[in-house]
Amino acid sequence: MRLTELRIAGFGGQGVIMCASVIGRAASIVENGYATMTQNFGPEARGGACSAQLVLSPTPVLYPYVVQPDLMVLMSQEAYVKFAGDIKPGGTLIVERDLVRVQELNVPDVKVFAIPATRIAEDLGRKMVQNIVMTGFFGAISGLLERESLCKAVEDSVPPAFAELNRKAFNAGYEYGMKHLETGALELGEEDPVSVSE
Amino acid sequence: MHADPVGVLTGAHFLDGDHAACEGAIAAGARFSAGYPITPSTEVVERFSHRAPKIGATFIQMEDELAASIAILGAVWGGVKAFTVTSGPGFSLMMEHIGYAAMTETPCVFIDVQRGGPSTGLPTLPAQADMMQVKWGSHGDYEIIALCPNSPQECFDLTIKAFNFSEQYRVPVFVMMDEVVGHMTEKVVIPRAEEIEVEPRRWTTQDKSSFQLFAPCGEEQTPEMAKAGDGYQVHVTGLTHDERGYPNMTPAVQDRMVRRLVSKIRDNAEKICLTEQHDIEGADVVVVSYGITSRVAQRAVETARAEGLKVGSLRLITAWPFPEHIIRAIAPKVKGIVVAELNLGQMVREVERCAGGQCRIAHVGHAGGTVHKPEQILKAIQEVAR
Repeated sequence: MRLTELRIAGFGGQGVIMCASVIGRAASIVENGYATMTQNFGPEARGGACSAQLVLSPTPVLYPYVVQPDLMVLMSQEAYVKFAGDIKPGGTLIVERDLVRVQELNVPDVKVFAIPATRIAEDLGRKMVQNIVMTGFFGAISGLLERESLCKAVEDSVPPAFAELNRKAFNAGYEYGMKHLETGALELGEEDPVSVSE
Repeated sequence: MHADPVGVLTGAHFLDGDHAACEGAIAAGARFSAGYPITPSTEVVERFSHRAPKIGATFIQMEDELAASIAILGAVWGGVKAFTVTSGPGFSLMMEHIGYAAMTETPCVFIDVQRGGPSTGLPTLPAQADMMQVKWGSHGDYEIIALCPNSPQECFDLTIKAFNFSEQYRVPVFVMMDEVVGHMTEKVVIPRAEEIEVEPRRWTTQDKSSFQLFAPCGEEQTPEMAKAGDGYQVHVTGLTHDERGYPNMTPAVQDRMVRRLVSKIRDNAEKICLTEQHDIEGADVVVVSYGITSRVAQRAVETARAEGLKVGSLRLITAWPFPEHIIRAIAPKVKGIVVAELNLGQMVREVERCAGGQCRIAHVGHAGGTVHKPEQILKAIQEVAR
């Protein structure tokens, strides 16, 4: 694990906080590193955009807030418009392919990876696990945490009756990510070259 | 005595400070809370209300903060450990009953998750601007204990400590969180029940005919307790009272009573003062901070040390009683002390008082709404070290 600032954002009900919480759990409890998660609580957090910030570190986190994210997971167009431009030069953007139209950014060397997480979740029978599909995709693309650590954190975060479904969702996202890593990142402004039917 | 395993969620959790403080209260033995939930403290009692039925506890949502703060005092005299939770505007309303708790030596815990003020201020954003209010907010002479956690883990640990101090010294004890610490989520390790030290209530076993409810006992000068219904005479009043608890409004009794209320804390201050100190020996500059600010300050201290400056740090875990003896020892040996806090000058006054002009004091104030930038604190360190 290396010092990494993350922002996870989307609209309310997409499981943004849960996604961040799983990553934080994997980093701090399963892998014994340090993770500090903060959320936006103000009026700006009501309604549309929901956002969680995470600092992951091999040493104790002192400054609690994210200043310039190395990596962002953006699950809605509103979140993309609001936050994408804050990414660190050379950083990684992960987006929900069907819900985010990737636009030109004023930041150099940003890598963009896209996944139709909601459709994959629907194919698994429950749209609500799209955040766990996204967590799996994040795991494969970022390589920050061990696959097993994230999977364990997913299992520890859901009721036992839903563990199997969530494991499947996580694996689906992770495998899509591994495949996508080989195909390479999107060029900004281009359509996603990997089709869903693959 | 160890914690009751019924209330202890042993294991590693990913919790925010508010939830962790609730678990601390439960582990410490709290089985009653009354509250008038307010941002950013709501999650503490929200969790307590969910947990209460499973652990034989009671939560009451009251009509306002006056009711909440007096209900917990009634619960304590009814025999349980109790606490309430609030933030700035609610804290202002609780002041009357904080004085009543101090006067009646009722062991209880108040958690104040500080937000920006004055008045309604910044409901969802941090400050550390209730630090003088907690000490001086109620009228009359009295002493309290206030603790300042800087992480969710400490919200758990120090809430237990708060309950233990309250039983030991028979005072209201305050957990002075801030919005960042309350709402940030980190790993929180809850030990096994037998590893958690819990101070039991000091129920008296004295003879019923001669027991005096407010007669000082032991080195802490605190009376033993009796609860209503056990056959002891239990007369509890906010009026100046004698050792039996009966009103006695003479200068002599007032003098004896108030001096004891104050001295039971002042005389034991060195035992109550918890601090974290690093590299103070040989330092040119010492940075004093508490709560979330201590973490930001630590980053500034590390940068300054990397630049070759001799900088130490003193974190106040106990803010009240103020660790006077530590500042008195540091002041003559350093060029200066930097005090960083999310207010425009509160605990720095104590530092100045104790330093007595023997070194320079630089205050890095902040009106709240976010935390300092480490560079602001670093700049003050560099100026004082020069």
